[in-house]
Amino acid sequence: MKIALLGNPNTGKSSVFNMLTGLRQQVGNFPGVTVEKKSGTLKTPNGKYELIDFPGTYSLVGHSLDEQIVQNVLSDPSNQDFPDAILYVADSANIERNLLFFSQLYDLGLPCILALNMWDRAKRKNLKIDIEKLQQTFPKAKILTSNARVSLGKSRIMEAIDQLDELAIENLNFNEYSIQFNALCQYENTEQKLTHLRQLGLVSALNKFSSTSRKIDSILVHPIYGYLIFAFLLLTIFQFIFSFASIPMDFIDAQFVRLSAWGASVLPEGLLSNLITQGLIPGIGGVLVFVPQIAILFLFISLLEESGYLSRVVFIMDRLMRPFGLNGKSVVPLLSSVACAIPGIMSARTITDRKERLTTIFVAPFMSCSARIPVYTLLINLVIEPTYIWGFLSLQGLVLFGLYTLGIVFALGTAYLMKIFIKRKNQGFHLMELPEYKKPSLENVLLNVIEKVKIFVLDAGKIIIAISILLWGLATFGPSSRENELLKLHRSESFQNASEQQRQESEKALMLSNSYIGHFGRWMEPAISPLGYDWKIGVALLCSFAAREVFVGSLATIYAVGDEDQNQKRLIEKLKVERNPEGRLIYNLATGLSLLIFYVFAMQCMATLAVVRRETKSWRWPLIQLFYMGVVAYLMSLLTYQLLS
Amino acid sequence: MSITLDAVLLHQIVEIKAISDSTLSLKLLEMGLTKGQKIKAVFKAPFGDPIAYELNGNLISMRKEEAQQIQVAIA
Repeated sequence: MKIALLGNPNTGKSSVFNMLTGLRQQVGNFPGVTVEKKSGTLKTPNGKYELIDFPGTYSLVGHSLDEQIVQNVLSDPSNQDFPDAILYVADSANIERNLLFFSQLYDLGLPCILALNMWDRAKRKNLKIDIEKLQQTFPKAKILTSNARVSLGKSRIMEAIDQLDELAIENLNFNEYSIQFNALCQYENTEQKLTHLRQLGLVSALNKFSSTSRKIDSILVHPIYGYLIFAFLLLTIFQFIFSFASIPMDFIDAQFVRLSAWGASVLPEGLLSNLITQGLIPGIGGVLVFVPQIAILFLFISLLEESGYLSRVVFIMDRLMRPFGLNGKSVVPLLSSVACAIPGIMSARTITDRKERLTTIFVAPFMSCSARIPVYTLLINLVIEPTYIWGFLSLQGLVLFGLYTLGIVFALGTAYLMKIFIKRKNQGFHLMELPEYKKPSLENVLLNVIEKVKIFVLDAGKIIIAISILLWGLATFGPSSRENELLKLHRSESFQNASEQQRQESEKALMLSNSYIGHFGRWMEPAISPLGYDWKIGVALLCSFAAREVFVGSLATIYAVGDEDQNQKRLIEKLKVERNPEGRLIYNLATGLSLLIFYVFAMQCMATLAVVRRETKSWRWPLIQLFYMGVVAYLMSLLTYQLLS
Repeated sequence: MSITLDAVLLHQIVEIKAISDSTLSLKLLEMGLTKGQKIKAVFKAPFGDPIAYELNGNLISMRKEEAQQIQVAIA
């Protein structure tokens, strides 16, 4: 039996859902649309039910895409998600308005349970609800009270569900049903309903907005303190994703390196063992390494959302983001992307308007993420003099600042272009409730974090592992001519005289530069030489598609300086003297800046692509993004190199 | 004298007379906003847009362009 969980936004609907289903939740899709479908199993003494958590809406009529799913499913009894019964969650402190949608559902003839949730809040506000009168108005509904945030009312809801009439839907006349449905969607009908509900006199007193919340608002939406507090909160979140997350991330990284090494030592030497220890294990590690950042960001976002603060952020940022076709809610995803675009893009889910959400997701990877830092540092140290302007302003720091600014400018600029060129399907409204502040429920927050981590690991993870194995294959295998090159190297005099470590390093360099990726890098040299790159940089660019920071490691392998961590200095020294066949220095200012610019703009991150695919439910957007960012990167780097050289 | 909702002073209670956009009026109705209803502006975001209104104990944020669609009279 299918039960739809319906109700207005901010009624504690998700608390009810979490209370009833706990960890037995799945996230899927409503067929045909990209709206997320959350469902879960509920076990009661008498049976097992499927509970579908629909987006919070104010009525049967859908104004935004999320709301339309409610209309689509409920208007069509043959829809596979059409419920057998409805569990309606209402905010007790706000009962008249909440009953509007309920009475529409009731008039459809579906078996209904009405949960008067947040009962404690109505009590605190001295609002007495005449339940007897309510029952008289809706004689067929099962009415009960609950307070899901503290798990009150669970048994009452389960008992009511067990008493539901399973056969009600079978007696439904489809024709009458859709006539009734359409009638209920009319303005006049809705107005009559609301007026009628208000005349019933169900509530003893007028609801007043909490004065405590009002006081908090006078600070949090204040023109100065409001922004300062928001900036402070953002800085705190950054600090956590940027610095503190690196502790568990390094730990995960180290464990996977150990696992690879252990695998290599116990498995028989060969291709399969290589695939496992160099392709599969690092691939899985490459997925799990993002978990701390995702968990931390969503921990904060859920806390802010649950408390009611996030809607205030939207309120104070809305006007600033609007010229760019973005929404106040775009601020958190965009700024989180400075740490990592992956959790940032996932957090764009809070944006209900499709176009604004898509724009936010599309431009987020332009923000310079933490994976670009190793690349930036290496290249800046390589080509920018460590001098100071006016005696205190570090030139290197200034360049770094410029790179970050460039990313922000292009993110907003692209958003602006999208605003002009992409037509909006339906004019969305920005009416939004600013709910009263409340203490976040820990259970809701943790379940949300678990859900986000699960989505990333299970959905985006598959793609990331597949691409990393592909990249491993291309860098490991090579055409048969490679064997000859290896023989030549072994016979050479310098190899004979070298130490064991140097031998290994130069072998590794030869294997990579003669692999398929190496050949591909050579093949595309004509295309990248106008940017000032040689084929070695090309190979490093290709390898770093796995993740930007791989660029440094790949250069270290090609230049045979061994492990990049201890040898960053050695690498820099080696790169500084590297010359092209004509004898000119390769890593001059022009090439260095051109490369830096390339990394600001290019979509060099398969994990981000995988997440964009997951969030937009198609390859269309990630591919457009890859192409667009690639073209921007190419043109800007070309411009930089040609101007400077 | 009829003015639009975006132009009312903070904390001044006004009564809704008419809503010019029909889709918006249905949306507003669902959120509990009907003709004859009392409403007041409580605070504005920096730059004066959006504006937060209180009605029936709820706080609703509205963009200026949306509030412009609503005719009100001072109660």
